[in-house]
Amino acid sequence: MQKQKVHIDYSHPVISIRGVAKAFEDYAVLRGIDIDLYQGENLVVLGRSGTGKSVLIKLISGLLKPDTGTINVLGHEVTEIDDRQLQELRIRIGFSFQNSALYDSMTVRKNLEFPLVRNRKGITRKEINKAVDEVLDSVGLSHTINQMPAELSGGQRKRIGIARTLILNPEIMLYDEPTAGLDPITCTEINELINQVQQQYHTSSIIITHDLTCAKETGDRIAMLLDGQFQRVGTFNEVFDTNDERVKPFFDYNFIQ
Amino acid sequence: MDPLGSTTPPEYKKPSKFRQKLSGFFTSVYNIHLFIIRFFKEAFVPPFEFKEIVRQCYEVGVRSFTLITVTGFIVGFIFTKQSRPSLLEFGATSWIPKLVSIAIMRALAPLVTALIASGKVGSSIGAELGSMRVTEQIDAMEVSGTKPFKFLVCTRVLATTLTIPILATYTGFIALLGGYLNVAQNEGTSYSAFMEEVFKPLVFLDFTASLIKSIVFGFTIGIVGCYQGYFSNKGTEGVGKAANGAVVTAMFLVFIEEVIIVQITGNFR
Repeated sequence: MQKQKVHIDYSHPVISIRGVAKAFEDYAVLRGIDIDLYQGENLVVLGRSGTGKSVLIKLISGLLKPDTGTINVLGHEVTEIDDRQLQELRIRIGFSFQNSALYDSMTVRKNLEFPLVRNRKGITRKEINKAVDEVLDSVGLSHTINQMPAELSGGQRKRIGIARTLILNPEIMLYDEPTAGLDPITCTEINELINQVQQQYHTSSIIITHDLTCAKETGDRIAMLLDGQFQRVGTFNEVFDTNDERVKPFFDYNFIQ
Repeated sequence: MDPLGSTTPPEYKKPSKFRQKLSGFFTSVYNIHLFIIRFFKEAFVPPFEFKEIVRQCYEVGVRSFTLITVTGFIVGFIFTKQSRPSLLEFGATSWIPKLVSIAIMRALAPLVTALIASGKVGSSIGAELGSMRVTEQIDAMEVSGTKPFKFLVCTRVLATTLTIPILATYTGFIALLGGYLNVAQNEGTSYSAFMEEVFKPLVFLDFTASLIKSIVFGFTIGIVGCYQGYFSNKGTEGVGKAANGAVVTAMFLVFIEEVIIVQITGNFR
């Protein structure tokens, strides 16, 4: 399916990352990266496994702290705000995990209600039910409402994971490997869902992936993470129109597959 | 070139395995200490998770109930049976109810309950939180604006701290029932006469000491299980280690605490 045109405000970055470095023991994963995510944009971060893609979004959501550099999210410096402010900021950011991270002990309904009940004080049962029904409908899984996560397929789990983040109407979405481990048809469905979320909820998103089809179908801009730094940033064609020996094999491998 | 004129870098000796383990042990002690401080900082500050605490209390009670009933009964029965020959030598079988009650109420009931709960509840908490950690469910809670420590750790620790004393009291009575059955079988003592004898040697301090012990044991089991699970890593292997670590550490600490509390309460007798 062709990605529909969306309005991106290139004068208004919602995330600004400057000089961020992160090392684990002796291994430097990120080595001073700079990048912006603009209002309404889908930014795809591509790179091989272990290059620090997931670390990047964990830094943005405050799950990890950078060794150096600054991360400004929706006008807040993530490294400088206190716990309460960080908690408030996180409600404005949706995080879709690689393995969905659904709460095993809760039904789909309880999974979706969980962030809502905790973050919207005074919300009525009627409002909760309405929000749950709406968000489930938007991911096309209304029939799973009373099922347990273990009863769902991989693709369904991803969708419910995305629905759980959407229920708080986030301004920014962070997708960690949204198509990893899924069959090609489900991958296409997830890619369509990511585009649908961008249009319907007017979110700005960072999509972490090593799947070039996902990058091509969902990304307004691609950022190639190599050796701890963004080596190439631009549209899909701009990034892969290169003779760079570090980029070309990545492209070739994905399309041979 | 270094200041001493050598062009080759100095060879540093790698710390021995013993030193690494020793340092790991002290790091763990320090981390648990921080974990406990964090518990007290967060557990008694609103908003309170009453619903989840009640659910966890129910889980702790239900998980251990059957095992505790069986174990408590057997402990009482066997203890009474094994004590008889020694007392028989002095013709003092009439002392059996008193001996049984002192042993059960002062030591066996809280200890047996704590050991059973370490195995059933501690391992379950360790595995559950460990699995939530490795499948990123704890991170998911954190990024959705919920405090996972308060929701997962504080509720479970409070649940074990509140429920273990209740279970220990129950174990005490079940063990006494086991003891009575043996006494009735051999001496033909009536239930009322046995119970009268059982409560004669017990003083208020015995009950309070047992209660304090059970509270301490319950807190230990909860904290250790949560600590092991909350900081587990290395995938499924980490979950197994967390469950195992929760049981072994909790049991070890329960015995140490038993010794300390017995020494302290002994001074008040």
